[in-house]
Amino acid sequence: MAMLEVQDLHVYYGVIQALKGISFKVEQGEVIALIGANGAGKTTTLHTITGLLSPKQGSVIFEGKNITKVPAHKIVELGIAHVPEGRRVFSQLSVYDNLKMGAFTRKDKAEIEESLETVYRRFPRLKERMNQRAGTLSGGEQQMLAMGRALMSKPKLIVMDEPSMGLSPIFVNEIFDIIQVVSDSGTTVLLVEQNAKKALTIADRAYVLETGKITMEGRAEDLLHNEAVQKAYLGE
Amino acid sequence: MMYDILQGCIMSFIIYLTNGISLGSVYAIIALGYTMVYGIAKMLNFAHGDVIMIGAYIALMAMTKGGVPGIPAVLLAMAGCTVLGILIEKIAYKPLRKAGSPLAVLITAIGVSYLLQNIALLVFGPDPKTFVSVISVPNLQMAGGKLTISGNTIITIVISIIIMLSLNWFVQKTKPGHAMLAVSEDKDAAQLMGVNVNGTISMTFAIGSALAAVAGVLLCTAYPSLTPYTGSMPGIKAFVAAVFGGIGSIPGAMIGGILLGIIQILATAYISSQVADAIVFGVLIVILLVRPAGLFGKNIQEKV
Repeated sequence: MAMLEVQDLHVYYGVIQALKGISFKVEQGEVIALIGANGAGKTTTLHTITGLLSPKQGSVIFEGKNITKVPAHKIVELGIAHVPEGRRVFSQLSVYDNLKMGAFTRKDKAEIEESLETVYRRFPRLKERMNQRAGTLSGGEQQMLAMGRALMSKPKLIVMDEPSMGLSPIFVNEIFDIIQVVSDSGTTVLLVEQNAKKALTIADRAYVLETGKITMEGRAEDLLHNEAVQKAYLGE
Repeated sequence: MMYDILQGCIMSFIIYLTNGISLGSVYAIIALGYTMVYGIAKMLNFAHGDVIMIGAYIALMAMTKGGVPGIPAVLLAMAGCTVLGILIEKIAYKPLRKAGSPLAVLITAIGVSYLLQNIALLVFGPDPKTFVSVISVPNLQMAGGKLTISGNTIITIVISIIIMLSLNWFVQKTKPGHAMLAVSEDKDAAQLMGVNVNGTISMTFAIGSALAAVAGVLLCTAYPSLTPYTGSMPGIKAFVAAVFGGIGSIPGAMIGGILLGIIQILATAYISSQVADAIVFGVLIVILLVRPAGLFGKNIQEKV
């Protein structure tokens, strides 16, 4: 049984159909990339998985449980954390309080403290700035905070939306290194990226989205060498 | 001779100032309700002023008709207003939240305001009721009896300080407080953390309404005549205070409320009681012209 199974999702914004029947699977331990151009439906897909949007048709199955109708605020407790596009850190709260927000649904104080230490180990910069307001961080630091915040829920599956968007090349590399570390530590990753090359380098498998449909899928390595993909998304 | 006149002037100024701070503290407590609800639900709850009036009636009825002692009567009023606030939000505002038009909620809020006034009119009648004192505190004599500050004024200021400090602590230091800040900044992101947005909005209405009950009692203790329209004007003034301080900002509501109270009392004393209200609203216009976001208004810059 796949960890996450998305079946025939149809999602609308008013009368505009954003997803036209998308199905894919994420197996435990994998890194899956969703690639595609602007407006292909990548973010919509992630929002539907974590309950911010509800589909007109189709279902989302997580660990064998149908979570299509589960409200967004109950999803994180099931073990899915979402790093939203544009970071969306709480700018008025301190770095520390942002991280605590990530553990909002967890009760065990000692375990939360342990997760906090893990996050600080992975992102030493966040520890240095723990008392600073999140709004004063640089874009790259905010991305780290958004990822750290998501990890604070101790997710089984982490869903990331354009983590490298708008970042300098150094930060992009750093972010992808961290995704690798997160994956190595046993967390399953579903990654949406415009930076298709980076995404395909790190992913096990990938799906290509085009105007609300999956047009290609396969091993990331194969897609990386696929001529059509190279032409359309890798700029070669 | 000159010295006596000067001394008299200073004494009366101190009294006006404390009265201003006292009235301003009440405005501040009401403004907190406005500003918190605005911050979380992005709506102006124009019925907030009338919740104050209902709170005052509950306390008065409990004391005069029910024989309940002062403090428990206030707690009863707080409980009553909490329930009222939650009900108003659930019945009148929540169904409109998804409708998307902020105007629909605004008009509904005005409707709820008139509804509450008319219910009070029906139940309690139009005649002013004399408010009874909740607790009696001796007046404070200073400067060898030349300066008298009333016990009610002191109590009002002390209670307001306690409320502001506790609210600040709640928002800054507790988990539900952080949930409130998170929802006010980004509802979707808050949901992704596991925050129940509807629950948080309910909680905000509950807190704001409980504070409104306290404000109602404090207000009627200072101006002991209660009618169904008692909450209306202070409600609007507190709204001005909230905008003055920067709507959505908790410290802004506190400072805005207190400043507004001081301006009103000083204008009444030194200029004219007839134009005092005009001056208060004039201040709003000037502030909005100079600083559209208010004193503590947020201009969060987004980093790309």
